[in-house]
Amino acid sequence: MSKNNKQLLQGNEAVAYGALYAGCRFFAGYPITPSTEIAEKLAAELPKHGGRFIQMEDEIASMAAIIGASIAGAKSLTATSGPGFSLKQENLGFACITETPCVIVNVQRGGPSTGLPTAASQSDIMQTRWGTHGDHPIIVVTPSTVLEQFTETVRAFNLAEKYRTPVVLLTDEIIGHTRESVTLPTELEVIDRTRPTVPPEQYKPFDTTQGDVPPMADFGTGYRFHITGLNHDISGFPSNNGQMAEREEIRMQRKLDNNYDDIVKVEEFMCDDAEVVVFAIGATARSAKDAVLAARKKGIKAGLLKPLTIWPFPDKHISNYKNKVKRMIVAELNLGQMVHEVRRMAEGAFEVDGIFRVDGEPITPSQILTALEER
Amino acid sequence: MAFQYDKYLRNDKLPHIWCPGCGYGIILKALIRAIDALGWSKDETVIASGIGCASRLPGYVDFNTIHTTHGRSLAFATGIKLANSKLKVIVLGGDGDMSAIGGNHLIHACRRNIDLSLLVLNNNIYGMTGGQFSPTTPTGCNATTAPYGMTENNFDISNLAIGAGASFVARTSSFHVAQMEDLMKKTFQHKGFSMLEIISGCPTGFGRRNKQPEGFDALEWQKKNATPLTRYNAMTGEERAGRFSTGILHEADRPEYIEVYDRTVGLKDA
Amino acid sequence: MRNEIRLSGSGGQGLITAGIILAKAAALYDDKFAVQSQSYGPEARGGASKAEVIISENEINFPKVQNPDLLVALTQEALGKYLKGVKEGGIIIIDTLLTPTPPQGNYKVYSLPIVTTAAEELGSILTTNIITLGALNALYPVVTDEALSKVVADTFKKAVEINAKALAVGKELAEKAKLM
Repeated sequence: MSKNNKQLLQGNEAVAYGALYAGCRFFAGYPITPSTEIAEKLAAELPKHGGRFIQMEDEIASMAAIIGASIAGAKSLTATSGPGFSLKQENLGFACITETPCVIVNVQRGGPSTGLPTAASQSDIMQTRWGTHGDHPIIVVTPSTVLEQFTETVRAFNLAEKYRTPVVLLTDEIIGHTRESVTLPTELEVIDRTRPTVPPEQYKPFDTTQGDVPPMADFGTGYRFHITGLNHDISGFPSNNGQMAEREEIRMQRKLDNNYDDIVKVEEFMCDDAEVVVFAIGATARSAKDAVLAARKKGIKAGLLKPLTIWPFPDKHISNYKNKVKRMIVAELNLGQMVHEVRRMAEGAFEVDGIFRVDGEPITPSQILTALEER
Repeated sequence: MAFQYDKYLRNDKLPHIWCPGCGYGIILKALIRAIDALGWSKDETVIASGIGCASRLPGYVDFNTIHTTHGRSLAFATGIKLANSKLKVIVLGGDGDMSAIGGNHLIHACRRNIDLSLLVLNNNIYGMTGGQFSPTTPTGCNATTAPYGMTENNFDISNLAIGAGASFVARTSSFHVAQMEDLMKKTFQHKGFSMLEIISGCPTGFGRRNKQPEGFDALEWQKKNATPLTRYNAMTGEERAGRFSTGILHEADRPEYIEVYDRTVGLKDA
Repeated sequence: MRNEIRLSGSGGQGLITAGIILAKAAALYDDKFAVQSQSYGPEARGGASKAEVIISENEINFPKVQNPDLLVALTQEALGKYLKGVKEGGIIIIDTLLTPTPPQGNYKVYSLPIVTTAAEELGSILTTNIITLGALNALYPVVTDEALSKVVADTFKKAVEINAKALAVGKELAEKAKLM
């Protein structure tokens, strides 16, 4: 580290440091390219912070272990890539229905299946939203720089704790494996889950009298309660009452929807007078920024809309452009996922085009510039 | 005075879901008596389970209880124990939960020798889904997915655990109530990974297709075929047919996972 | 100005470490922006591996090297694989022994006896990457010599002297080649 606290840090390492900053004290994982450096760093660092690391027998077990640890009170993390993320879906659903805070990192690589293990991709966008079965809300954050790998990991933990929900940090091979000069912030807010204040005998794990996010007790602190993956009543016990199940599912969805402004973070670059806006996340947003700068030099009124939260989808932000822009270009490393969501929100008010790429190479600034120059 | 179970039961969650003649009620009561005898507090005790009839047990008892996904309870429990190693963590599941879908987690929990106590309630069948064969269904027995008889070989779960490195393995049956309670206590007290296999009956899913239509038939079968380990070892292969060994099958002094981890990484009192 | 550098050779030549050192020198001591990336997986083990560094006064968005200003290719295989995209008139450093056939085209090619010098003059082929850095920065001064020396010393705390010498020897090789 230099005098001004600048360091050259790898994207995956930045996630590990962000987790430690946020108070993560447990990591369970399974080796998988291109996410493994997160596990390696935390294997070394967690014990120094009073935490424990375990390499589990598989991805399913890793996801289970972090939920267990969180229920016992530890902020917990796991990290994986596409094939492993597929395996985690089962217990991700358990975290959703039991409203257990935890953070899952998916460093995207080419797919489907084993795919292109060391190549860039953004093809898990829909999987993060709909991967586990059943209706469920989820928060997904999407950093695009090494610095954001750190800050967004902290934000991911904060959102998980604040809203009692799993949060996915969706990044990609390029950001994960790039080393970049950064100065890590030292004064970020760290949020801890709300724990119950009622006496144990009055505690109900899904009691929403104080709001849509019920306080959560740690196992072993005198608040004995039951947790199940079945639909349950407010006391946490299984219930076949369909009306209750519906009420709880709607409440879980509402707890995120009603907090859109707090959860959904979007960076708007040169958008004020823009006639055409590029919509991109992660590594692709970096190419887009270069393309926008180059287009401006050519007199094209271009802007960049870079969501740092992709789920809940930045609906309101996109709506705001209905009377402002002629065109939005969605650039993504897949064959078209976000583009459909953008088109849904555009409702025909502006044109929506896509730039897609799945050959393992990034979308380049010149590819985007060419699209910006059309018409 | 008769033992007071009420202190440990979530009475408002009863009656339980188990069928008449099921052995699991006997196991539930023995579990309560064993924990009571050891003097474990309700607040420090965790019971985790997976999916299946056996896995509904935690819902009825007043501890820190978690009913997880199918086969994954040991992985959840591993996380709980690592986050707070002061907790006493009991894991409980059926034969399908533990030796089929959860088989990988079972062998690795054994290998690590992490301080969890596992009860496997083995009734040789998938009961909750209506009587499909499990990895412990004896060859030749009938199940809804083996209408011509079970054609596969079966697992001896206790031997599997011993082979995978569990440091304490014992077996009993739902008929042998006193032994069950005694072995539960020993299982729970053991430092390291411990497992107690409890042979039990399922008149609905297994018995009525296999000439044990009543709950009593299974108990009768267990009484007849349970064989203390020393006697079992002295038997010829032919004499052993249909029988199962009981008692402490394996006990080894091996370092416990979390103790070794903490020492190795220099963690003090996490 | 955006400077794009590609270091390639065979796995084990230490070129990924060299890339990280160069990026650190720029970012930590020269107060510039730097981005480093590298090949992963089977590509990085044996075969032809590469590290890429971008150094700029301005924020670096697109993090990949597209048109290197400078290419190092310490094996013939690496040269064949990573020549693509090198700028017209760009600098190419090859190893006299391991890259015997220089590339065709409009480049400034420097064939330097890097590996031989590492083995014979410094007594360790482990110094290959640092000799390379010394030569690179003499032919294409992208960081200050002070910054480079500092990071090299930080990186090899147990072998400060030999690596300082390797930097100097690399610089000498380059100066000699410039005169030819």
